Amino acid sequence: MPDILRGGTILLALLAVAALPFLVDGYWLSIAVTIMMYTALATSWALFSGPTHYIALSTGAFYGIGGYLVATGMSDFGTSIWTMMAIAPFLAALLAGAIGIATLRLSGVYFVIFTLGLAEMIRNLVSWVQNNFLGSKGLYVLTELEERHIYWMLLAVTLAVFLFGWRLGRSRMGFALRILGNDEEVARHVGIDTARTKVLLFMTTGFFAALVGAIVAPRYYYIEPNVVFSPELSFLVVIMALLGGTRRLYGPLLGVIPFTLLWEVVSASFPSATTMVLGLAFLLIVYLIPDGVTGLIEKLGKRSAP
Amino acid sequence: MDVVISGLLLGGAYALVAMGLNLQYGVARIMNLANGEILILGGLAAFWAFVSFGLSPLLTLVIVAPLAFIGSWAMYRLLLRPLVRRAKSRGQLEVDSILATFGISFFLVGVMVSLRAEYFTYSFLATPVHMLGTTVAANRLVAALIAAAIGGALYVWLNRSRPGMAVRAVAVSPEAAGLVGIDVDRISAFAFALGGAVTALGGCLISTFVTLDASSGVIFTMKALIIVIMGGVGDIRGAIIAALILGLVETAVATIIDPGLTLVAAYAIFLAVLLFRPQGLFGQGNA
Amino acid sequence: MNRRNFAIASAAVALSFAFAEAPQAQEPIKFGMVAHLSGPLAGGEAVTHLPNVQLWVEEVNGRGGLMVDGKRRPVEIVQYDDKTNPAEHIKAVQRLASQDEVDFMIAPYGTGFNIAAAPIYARYKYPLVAVTAITDEIHELTAKFPNMFFTLGSTSGFVEGVTNTLKTLQSKGVIGDKVAMVNVADAFGIELAGVAREKFKEAGFNIVYDKSYPLGTPDLSPVMKGAKAAAPDAFVAWSYPPDSFALTEQAIIEDLDVKAFYTAVATAFPAYGGKFGNAIEGNLGAGGVNPNTDAMKAYRKRHQDVTGKAPDYWASATYYSALQVLEQAIEGVGKVDREAVTQHIKTNAFETVIGTIRFDKHNNSERYWSVGQWRGGQFVAVADTGMGDSVAPVAKKGWK
Repeated sequence: MPDILRGGTILLALLAVAALPFLVDGYWLSIAVTIMMYTALATSWALFSGPTHYIALSTGAFYGIGGYLVATGMSDFGTSIWTMMAIAPFLAALLAGAIGIATLRLSGVYFVIFTLGLAEMIRNLVSWVQNNFLGSKGLYVLTELEERHIYWMLLAVTLAVFLFGWRLGRSRMGFALRILGNDEEVARHVGIDTARTKVLLFMTTGFFAALVGAIVAPRYYYIEPNVVFSPELSFLVVIMALLGGTRRLYGPLLGVIPFTLLWEVVSASFPSATTMVLGLAFLLIVYLIPDGVTGLIEKLGKRSAP
Repeated sequence: MDVVISGLLLGGAYALVAMGLNLQYGVARIMNLANGEILILGGLAAFWAFVSFGLSPLLTLVIVAPLAFIGSWAMYRLLLRPLVRRAKSRGQLEVDSILATFGISFFLVGVMVSLRAEYFTYSFLATPVHMLGTTVAANRLVAALIAAAIGGALYVWLNRSRPGMAVRAVAVSPEAAGLVGIDVDRISAFAFALGGAVTALGGCLISTFVTLDASSGVIFTMKALIIVIMGGVGDIRGAIIAALILGLVETAVATIIDPGLTLVAAYAIFLAVLLFRPQGLFGQGNA
Repeated sequence: MNRRNFAIASAAVALSFAFAEAPQAQEPIKFGMVAHLSGPLAGGEAVTHLPNVQLWVEEVNGRGGLMVDGKRRPVEIVQYDDKTNPAEHIKAVQRLASQDEVDFMIAPYGTGFNIAAAPIYARYKYPLVAVTAITDEIHELTAKFPNMFFTLGSTSGFVEGVTNTLKTLQSKGVIGDKVAMVNVADAFGIELAGVAREKFKEAGFNIVYDKSYPLGTPDLSPVMKGAKAAAPDAFVAWSYPPDSFALTEQAIIEDLDVKAFYTAVATAFPAYGGKFGNAIEGNLGAGGVNPNTDAMKAYRKRHQDVTGKAPDYWASATYYSALQVLEQAIEGVGKVDREAVTQHIKTNAFETVIGTIRFDKHNNSERYWSVGQWRGGQFVAVADTGMGDSVAPVAKKGWK
């Protein structure tokens, strides 16, 4: 396909996605918000975890930092939501940088649980600070923002994540990452600063997760620290990304969309047994789609090729 | 003294939570995210037997342990072994078992919600015991004593018996164990089932002093993961010592500094241990 | 899954369940409800909300349904599970409003969920008669969402009830001025403790122990030991169900010698009385009711008969009353017209099992019980706002 045609198609698709709030009703828009939110989270997660094979369970912590900073900024300090939205991702990225440097020595499951423990520590620390130094009243995020505004902001973040990932894929660092993903020893031997690369990518993940958390906060109006710092969110992001496949930039997207829709169908069709049926659905996915959706597509592609 | 006694009792309860997962992850290589739900099932059984038949949880656990053993064995055979067989690498199995056991945990929560959506709460041995100049609850004391007995028995069995040695061999290296004629598949299933039994039994005991509900399993899963990793995968001593450390630290911080920082301190200790010993307290090299 | 399958699946949406056999002659009036069937708030939902919905549906349908347009139409509940997750909650409320197009909705469990759902209720003009939502922002919220109503009081009103109870006990010479206070470090506990710190001091109390503990603390014995060491005259915990149980158990074990012992949520649960028996005679807690009115007696009996369990002694009755408000407003308007029903709720008085409910210009009902005390197997109100029928609190006599 000529580049210009391809560019045109992408542009049209983007316009259609951006126009969605004018075309669908509130219910589909709320699903679109969910998809957009998880796409941004899972894609930025995979940018780090795909090549490094580090499964980070810290998304909830960064997301929580975003949501919490917006809430405490507005409720306790009278700051505007925009200021907090601008500050939160940078703070989260700094924190992610520190964590990245601290955890380079950890491997495999030790890293996984380290990030989980860290997220839990942050959640408890924030609750304690809120309890003792800030909150005599609740955390309210009362704004005029509507669902569609949140949708557009999330769309912008998602685009930024994709652009970043795409640029990264074509940069020297992206090349370094591919080598690093295949064999860290080799990468080190050819003179790639594996540590710096990993830390920088982890910071990006933290940055985007906090940004998403900050944008979504007005949707809840009332922020409870123990709810925004959600370990469940961390797990869901990992599961969606793995379901889609982390080797391609668009992989997580292919996990998020079917997953969200499946979740929706299950909760709509089995209102009194949602949790149980979702559990069964997870199991089926693991058994039937072992290599994620991208793996499935590639396999089908190979089969249909002459 | 207060702190030491209460801390050790809490550590004993944590050991109950973590020993099962340690067997499941250390030997069978399954990072079982449904571990907490098995624990809650044990608690639910104890609650139900107590309120319906007035049966003491100490009797219920005699019934629950074998049932949990059979149930976990079936779970491994039917749901997890296909993944073990399919996995090309350790990493692949880790990813698959995270996904699968996450599904199982959802399923079990759903089952328990339909059985009882309200809190499981009852009073058993909620009486003070005065010892060494402090007061403790009898139910916590009983749980810690049983935890010590189970931990001791497991340790002796793993280190002094032939089957125990086979289990340890699989924990260290499934490939090598297979080469020397150990039936890795069977040992893994056995370890997984034993882990399930210990966990459910822990649930019975914990339900005597913690108010549980169908959805609270995730709290215990996270605690168990932290303890197992802190102790070092596949080493029962590690899990027990990590559990005791957490119990002592939590109690000390709650008593001396501020109860609000209890969990912060627990996680901080965990993180600190990993930063200085990336393989956990008793972990060996590449896990 | 492909698009078509999904379309079919979503067309088969809403396996709604009516609790009672409804006469099929008339098309039912659909009531949407998003419940926490699992997750951290599922335990409270199962005690306080779900049985009342069951009871209400059975009673209304037992008499043929609601009188609308001159005929009786049965009611039907369309219910979804949000797993105590606010994002899921919002989505499910949206689904009820725009896919199922339910006629009315009934309020969710928990402050955060009521507030998170409020904008969607407002957009689709559903009246929201909130019960288990306690906040000091009632005026701001109802100004923003004029279809939102509050029935269980404000944070300040709630704390005032406790302050007044302690004050009464103090003036009788039962307790001194030393209060030990703890709270769960979650939005609910943090907010209440913050307000209580001020109010207790204003009332001349001396807070000798003031600590929080994290949500899900497995061992509260250090907290109780610490509180005991401060030798308080009264103990107050802004607690959630699991910790209300645990703190009480630890107080028994430590033999905490106070004449006033207060735990917040779940003290009013029948399970609390069931678990501790006589040991909790004289314990104070959030809520309380006047169990002696005819309406309340009849309600408690019907609840027991229909659902097989006793209602709690706090928000159960108020939640049922909120359903009665909705029911009477719909019949009062005589049409399925949400805006008219909202208007009707604003301007009328309603006879319910907790007495007359009437909303002020901020959509707030200033009639609620705030503190209860266990007396001979019942949890009786000892402080209230606007009710005027609570009894005087008495000293707690040991744990036996």
